[in-house]
Amino acid sequence: MKKIHIILLVLIAGAIAVLISFLNTTATYETIAGAKSNPGKFVHVAAQLDKSIPLDYDDLKDPNLLGFMAYDSTGEKMKVIYRKGKIENLEISERLVLEGRYDAAANQFECKRVQTKCPSKYKDDMKAAQKNIQHNAATGNTNGNNTY
Amino acid sequence: MDYTGENLLPGRFGHFFIVLSLVASLVATFAYFMATRTKPEQDAGYWKRLGRFAFITECISVFAIFGILFYIIYNHLFEYKYAWQHSSLSLEFKYLLACFWEGQEGSFLLWSIWHCVLGLVLIKTSRKWEAPVMTVVSFAQVWLATMIAGIYVFGHNIGSNPFLLLRDSGVLDGAAVLHIDNDITQPLRQDYMLSIRDGNDLNPLLQNYWMVIHPPVLFLGFASTIVPFAFAVAGLWTKNFADWVKQAIPWTLFATAVLGVGIMMGGMWAYESLTFGGYWAWDPVENASLVPWLILVSGLHTLLIYKHSGHSLRSTYLFLVLAFIFVLYSTFLTRSGILGETSVHAFTDLGMNKQLFLFMYSFVWLTGIIGAKNTRSVLGVLAIATLLALLSNYVNIAWLGSLALLTGIGFTIYQIQTQVPTVQKEEATSSREFWMFIGSLVFFLSAIVIIGQTSLPVFNKLFSIQKAPSEDPEFAYNNIQIYVAVIVAILTAVTQYLKYKDTASSYFWKKIIIPTVITAILSVALFAMYDITYTRKGPMFQGAIWLAVVCSIYAMVANISYIWLGLKGSLKLSGGSIAHFGFGMVLFAILISSSNKEILSRNTSGIFVPLGEGSKENPGENLTLVKGIKTDMGKYWVTYESDSMHPKKQQWYYNIHFQRKDGKEDFILQPNAFVNYKGNAGLMANPSSRHYLDHDVFTYITSLPDPEQQKKDTTAFKTNTLKPGDSLFYSNGFMILEDVVAKTDLPEDLFGKEGSLHEASVKIFSKNGTSYTKVPRLANAKGELMAIPDTTLAESLVLQLQKVNPDKSIELGVKETDAVMKYVTLKAYKFPYIILLWLGVAITAAGIFISMIRRIRLNRLKAEKLEI
Repeated sequence: MKKIHIILLVLIAGAIAVLISFLNTTATYETIAGAKSNPGKFVHVAAQLDKSIPLDYDDLKDPNLLGFMAYDSTGEKMKVIYRKGKIENLEISERLVLEGRYDAAANQFECKRVQTKCPSKYKDDMKAAQKNIQHNAATGNTNGNNTY
Repeated sequence: MDYTGENLLPGRFGHFFIVLSLVASLVATFAYFMATRTKPEQDAGYWKRLGRFAFITECISVFAIFGILFYIIYNHLFEYKYAWQHSSLSLEFKYLLACFWEGQEGSFLLWSIWHCVLGLVLIKTSRKWEAPVMTVVSFAQVWLATMIAGIYVFGHNIGSNPFLLLRDSGVLDGAAVLHIDNDITQPLRQDYMLSIRDGNDLNPLLQNYWMVIHPPVLFLGFASTIVPFAFAVAGLWTKNFADWVKQAIPWTLFATAVLGVGIMMGGMWAYESLTFGGYWAWDPVENASLVPWLILVSGLHTLLIYKHSGHSLRSTYLFLVLAFIFVLYSTFLTRSGILGETSVHAFTDLGMNKQLFLFMYSFVWLTGIIGAKNTRSVLGVLAIATLLALLSNYVNIAWLGSLALLTGIGFTIYQIQTQVPTVQKEEATSSREFWMFIGSLVFFLSAIVIIGQTSLPVFNKLFSIQKAPSEDPEFAYNNIQIYVAVIVAILTAVTQYLKYKDTASSYFWKKIIIPTVITAILSVALFAMYDITYTRKGPMFQGAIWLAVVCSIYAMVANISYIWLGLKGSLKLSGGSIAHFGFGMVLFAILISSSNKEILSRNTSGIFVPLGEGSKENPGENLTLVKGIKTDMGKYWVTYESDSMHPKKQQWYYNIHFQRKDGKEDFILQPNAFVNYKGNAGLMANPSSRHYLDHDVFTYITSLPDPEQQKKDTTAFKTNTLKPGDSLFYSNGFMILEDVVAKTDLPEDLFGKEGSLHEASVKIFSKNGTSYTKVPRLANAKGELMAIPDTTLAESLVLQLQKVNPDKSIELGVKETDAVMKYVTLKAYKFPYIILLWLGVAITAAGIFISMIRRIRLNRLKAEKLEI
């Protein structure tokens, strides 16, 4: 066997080992109920922002503390705490992926990272667009510049 | 029915050219295919001429489509869905191109245009390789043409037509007011266009000049990976296994440089206009473009190995084929919506997944089919490919499709292994090719590991598992790739000092000692003068960073020295060394800028306490600045001075004044944000940064006061809970609760036995520099609570002590008679030496181009010699 073949095998074995060890570090997707029943475990929760309850955020008190309610497809709700400030696009998001741990003692989800799913590149956000058209047509706002 | 206000002519022309481009690319593929199949003794001239004619027709069509679509966007013809969806009247001219490639049709078109340009150059330059290579390029053009075809075949919708009319797109179907009698079951009003006066606009995040220039460069990079691929396929197909290498080298160099620059321009866009605070986040979309580049670099190096030593031809085939396959895989990943949850870019299912899959599938199998030994095995492999495709279409098992793909790659490897000749002699460990090959292999495997990690959502789909990225997804990549960086940097430094075939060890050691010593000195000097600390991930990772920093310095020093030590200062020959020097600089800059990134807007309580000491327990990354108030931010004083609004849009600009406390820097940053854009609540922020030679200061807005909330609050008392020492902002300054005192010796006839009187002394600092001390009081007289407010007329401020708690904290009511308080909350970072990153990229690209020009010259000289 050539030296180069031995190195080849070693490197490929290394790459496979690295990928397997990567798989062991991965987290899991859970529902809110799943997150609650595994307090302290790092999970990803697909949820939506409960827009009926105002965000708990005050720049002047603590610009890093954000609290909000989230619910998932089963309708289960939980309080979410995020300590890195206001999340961009949170209000316009259609869906959220909350990454963090459920804190059973404080009865809230300590969120480390939030992914917001918004209308973006390659995406035809037809619902919002339709709303816009209807709004414009209904209000007779034909110049298209929405005024708020 | 005719609708008023529509201009249908451009769309009709557009349709015509789309169909023409599809037909022409089919004809070109077929003609070039026949030209390749024609035996040398027969005349292939007819097929070749037909192929050229068809390809040039195709090019004209694609350019026409591009021109017409641009005409539609430029003239704001909102009756076309594409213009309506991606642009608006208020969009600046410079962004019209950006909205062109915001949509997927436009980006496919861009890709197709670059294929046209590359194809024309190939027709001009590739001589006897023209027919097979152009067969492959034309075949890809067929697929790209179907992506924008928008035609129905047997009930299947093929592609998405950029000239689709808004009224045909379904967008208007639900809008009752646009229909006759306000009834959606009725047809549209004849004058419906009156209500569609403006478009939906370009996503604000894409309204950035980098978005105008980075996609064309990136897509040129993507597009140019097809050329080395096509040469490799052509080699297997024509059984002329090695002759193509000479021509493929400059093309591979070109693709490497352009794709690399395109990726880093994407990084610059992310850095300048996204708010994840950096140029690279290991996002699937970024990885998807990085992986083909890494494989292409591997292919480039094995090409050179083959050219100089005759080794590694088989790996060259594999790498060049896979580089293009991974471009297609990336396209599939990022546009099929399969990434779903893991990407910050929201890509959703376009309903074209099957088409995208087939595009990838046909090219995965192409090498295995067309490169088969003889006609019989060609048909055999074709039959297997078709069978597997049908099977995965009709049997609904998720992993079958990927198995079919892997089988296709298996056949590619089989054709390479069984046919491509190889050198039996083993490479010497003292040879350049040995270590170059190891480097290529490490690069290739690192690409496979990255794409494996990125494909996690694909594995979830295939095996119905529920794996999510780990707690720190970036570290999952960094922790692996840092060791790749170490290995590659060392190889980059050392390998040039080895000669092809064999190196005398005395020569090698004599030469390498010089850069090694210089590196040692520079590293010691660097660590002595500059602190690189990154302890968050433990000592192991910190050590790896230090090692990688030293290795990247080694790569820079060794390659720069080699220009004199090995090449005697010849610039013509030193393209490789320059590129490797630049690459070392890129690594160095990545390491320094990422590990020494500083958060400037560190804050303790949210409110700046100028006199008292704030607690350091939970330092957040956001800082609130009240308009006009100079705020402490580490090394800087920052002031939110003023704001202004875009004349046409809901876009606000904030002037944030930075002053270094030692007086060395004084500048204004102007981050901006779209507020309540298009009726959506919330803000979309664009960062702003200040560039210095040794660092960048980078800031963006994270939150703004809600205007609705503000109106409500100004008229009533706003209650705040404070402890002595705490501070509080109001619209014109801030105040500090200095002390709370309970008065004793109260007259019993007024207060009763249990009565009390509390006094809170509050010091008010106005932003014009004056300060006042005010004392609101709270009395408990005979069981009745009575607040005695204090006012400052000059500040229109009323303070009311509402409650005193046993722990001396109080509730203080604040009323402002007029004035709305203005503030912004922002994040600010300092990135050291980011300029080295861009410089390194530029140097790498320059080095690659020098090599490319040299290779082209060499090829030309050889061709001329042959002709003589």
